Amino acid sequence: MSELKPIIGLEVHCQLTNLRSKLFCSCSADYRGKPPNTNICPVCIGEPGSLPVLNREALISVLKVAIALKADISRFTYFSRKNYFYPDLPKNFQISQYDGAGGIPIARGGSIDIGGRIVRIRRIQLEEDPGRIVYEGTITSSTGLLMDYNRSGIALVEIVTEPDITSPREARVFLEKLRSLLEYIGVFDGSLEGAMRCDANISIPGGGRVEIKNISSFHDVEKALSFELARQKQRMVRGLGVIRETRHWDPRRRITVSLRVKEEEQDYRYFPEPDLPPIIVTDALIEEAERSMPILPYEKIDLYVSKYGLSRGLAEILVSSKDLSELYDKIVECYGKPGRVASWLIEDLLPLLDKLGVGVKDSKAKPEDIAYLLKSIDEGLIDRSRALSMLRSMVLEGSRPVIVFEHSLESRISLVELDRIISEVVEAEGKAFQDAIRNPKALNYLVGLVVKRCGGRADPREVYKLLSKKVREYRRSRR
Amino acid sequence: MKETYTLKLIQEIESGSLPLDEYLARKAEAIAKLEPILNSFITVVKGFEKSRIERLGLLKGLTVAIKDNICMEGIETTCGSLILRGYKPSYDATVVERIKKNSGVITGKTNMDEFAMGSTTEWSAFGPTRNPWDPCRVPGGSSGGSAAAVASGESDLALGSDTGGSIRCPASFCGVVGLKPTYGLVSRYGLIAYANSLEQIGPIARDVYGCALLLTAIAGYDPRDSTSIDRSYTDYRYALIEGLEGFRLGVVRELLGEGVDQRVSSCIEESIYRFESLGATVEEVSIPSISFALPAYYIIAMAEASSNLARYDGVRYGMSLSARDYDWSRYYEDVRSRGFGLEVKRRIILGAYVLSAGYYDRYYIKALKVRTLIKKGFMEVFKRFDALIGPSMPILPFRIGEKIEDPLELYMCDIDTVPVNLAGLPAISIPCGLVDDLPVGLQIIGSYFCEDTILRIAYNLEAALDLRLKPVFSEVCV
Ligand SMILES: [Zn+2]
Repeated sequence: MSELKPIIGLEVHCQLTNLRSKLFCSCSADYRGKPPNTNICPVCIGEPGSLPVLNREALISVLKVAIALKADISRFTYFSRKNYFYPDLPKNFQISQYDGAGGIPIARGGSIDIGGRIVRIRRIQLEEDPGRIVYEGTITSSTGLLMDYNRSGIALVEIVTEPDITSPREARVFLEKLRSLLEYIGVFDGSLEGAMRCDANISIPGGGRVEIKNISSFHDVEKALSFELARQKQRMVRGLGVIRETRHWDPRRRITVSLRVKEEEQDYRYFPEPDLPPIIVTDALIEEAERSMPILPYEKIDLYVSKYGLSRGLAEILVSSKDLSELYDKIVECYGKPGRVASWLIEDLLPLLDKLGVGVKDSKAKPEDIAYLLKSIDEGLIDRSRALSMLRSMVLEGSRPVIVFEHSLESRISLVELDRIISEVVEAEGKAFQDAIRNPKALNYLVGLVVKRCGGRADPREVYKLLSKKVREYRRSRR
Repeated sequence: MKETYTLKLIQEIESGSLPLDEYLARKAEAIAKLEPILNSFITVVKGFEKSRIERLGLLKGLTVAIKDNICMEGIETTCGSLILRGYKPSYDATVVERIKKNSGVITGKTNMDEFAMGSTTEWSAFGPTRNPWDPCRVPGGSSGGSAAAVASGESDLALGSDTGGSIRCPASFCGVVGLKPTYGLVSRYGLIAYANSLEQIGPIARDVYGCALLLTAIAGYDPRDSTSIDRSYTDYRYALIEGLEGFRLGVVRELLGEGVDQRVSSCIEESIYRFESLGATVEEVSIPSISFALPAYYIIAMAEASSNLARYDGVRYGMSLSARDYDWSRYYEDVRSRGFGLEVKRRIILGAYVLSAGYYDRYYIKALKVRTLIKKGFMEVFKRFDALIGPSMPILPFRIGEKIEDPLELYMCDIDTVPVNLAGLPAISIPCGLVDDLPVGLQIIGSYFCEDTILRIAYNLEAALDLRLKPVFSEVCV
């Protein structure tokens, strides 16, 4: 029944991790790793009589998000209270924006290109993060809930898509693109735990719409949707139908569990937040947001293709991460040769970082040092394997590349001596030499032996040249 | 300037003929003597009479009683509710900060209807406050404790809060002066919300001078309240100097309509003659949209209240029950069932109802439209008048228990006060006469941020009437 193509929409919540303070108070936005309930004030724990004051930086940041997603910014917008009781909500309402008919989010429309397909954005809005529930022991054995309000009041941007996504994989790609875009504009750091969370809507033809809550990482979005898609298809095949309901993603058991059937949908009794005046988004505010916008990924891909002549595929890989493309820009700035730098980064540097488990941002290697190393490789001053081991310590320890001039006049082996060693090696390794005559690739083995015999005083390229010459001479003599 | 009570008191304190420590000791004595009868306070600040003030600021060491819905660091703040019993705020409200800075001595936290929902102070979880003019009668509300404390001399100044008349009503019933400022003039930071879009903190005093003085101390922009308005600073005492020659006053027909006690209307009429004799012109004026004010007010106030009061769940402050082996939602239910009183529950339920899907447009949105109409109605009239007048309360103070069974009849008492809150205008209530030894209050409504105008009008009337009111139960210093 693979023709049952799903229709998927996402509701993504991202913390504006660039901010210094929370959305409505002056508590630090950096709440992670602090002892419980030490990053709080009367406002963010909803003490009676306290009042919210909008963090202006949060407004600018969300305008940047809107600009990056090419959305229409509302010139008049306002906050609403979303009323519901839950222990993580200190006021038992959340200051958010009304999402129903007549509500005015900060921005509407816009889209993200996920590799040829367009996913439209429905709404972009600002709201406060709830606190965190901590269970004593495990969820099932716990005798009570403990509350940690350190996260309460952190600024969240909510981005809701139209149901334009057609597979779990596309959902993941969308989130990756979104993450990279938000990182580009400097409002978000996806490496922080819990900084991006998402709810997903999924339905297949003939079935009811199912909302999946509590997807806390973008790796899980594909898993949760794949599970749910399989579940829904199963039910359709067995003629059971799919009811409209809300389900919860359990990341440990990797399944979705029914939370509530839609008939009993919650009424949040939204109404305009009386403690915060409506926001008038002026030209000056938008200009301020625009001024602090960097060049965006899609603009950068075009630039790499048109100015540097990179293939679109190569450009997309470089731009997939803000850190990577910034590193690329800096290396090109030092060394030029954008094509060579791009392929080297992708063929050598990225696999190395991957192997070491180090992110581009965490690498200690300075771009100018990497440029110097690459230049040395290209000029034949250092061979690839030595360069890679040097790169490794540059990445891990931040050491400078030291290129020993192995072929400098003082230490370089004399041509006569080299010739003698080559002859000796060829003689000793007769079989290998025969192989090399049939298969030029086998020549490298001999090159290695010669270089070794020379104690590093020989230039491998020169050895290669001399050995090739020997092979050619041998062939000629046989003819 | 005429030497009314507060001015005389300040002069005696400043000249040293009434030393501050003696003054404060007499205030403590008055409280000890009168509290068993009046119950004006929920909490008296221990040892306030021992306060030492280095340099006398604006308030000259005068005592200020604070309504118990205004937060004061470390002092129990209950809002007249069991659900907040034991709650000691971790911070001072902006107005408390300003009173301390201006050398006011805070005597305690005054009684009020639970969460300011009521107009009699009978809905307090800590027993009703009694009217110093007749302890069998209500002092009005919801700031009944503050007005009774000032009328009886337990405190010389007090803060109330006015959501739909909660300063003007008890000021009228207790024969004192109470002012509800323009929305945005006084910071609400630290005022425990009942209906955020309607309420303001305001001064209550024995005379207009005291009101002007305390308003000067507390008014002004506060960045912690996003609805507070950034304007230049005014000393409202200077507004009192001049007369009323050429003032244009409008008597609002809708405020003197059906349901107004004949004895109240005749007191208001006498004040009208007085204004004319002071050189003002008085004309009748109509603002028809005011007739819809009462239902619109209750819909908006209850809607906001239902959300504001959601936070009282017994987890972070106030009432708490043993929570083991409990589902959180059942715990919330238990705390809220036991902690809230009847009237509060009624308003939360009605408020949740008018915000529900399907009813929101029919009630809440319609109420907002009425609110806009009322604002426009007032704006139109203020093109022709400097201020508007009418009664503060349509009736005289009634007996404790007389109306409590009938919420609708009680809501009707707010008919003259709520239009001002819907429009966000300033208004003052001042005593304009006695009927059967019970005070009657006149309401003067000003245009936005024209507190100086209404204070000036009130001051001139006060001087002309020279009532020298002294309730049966009172202890005054001068
Ligand atoms: Zn905070």
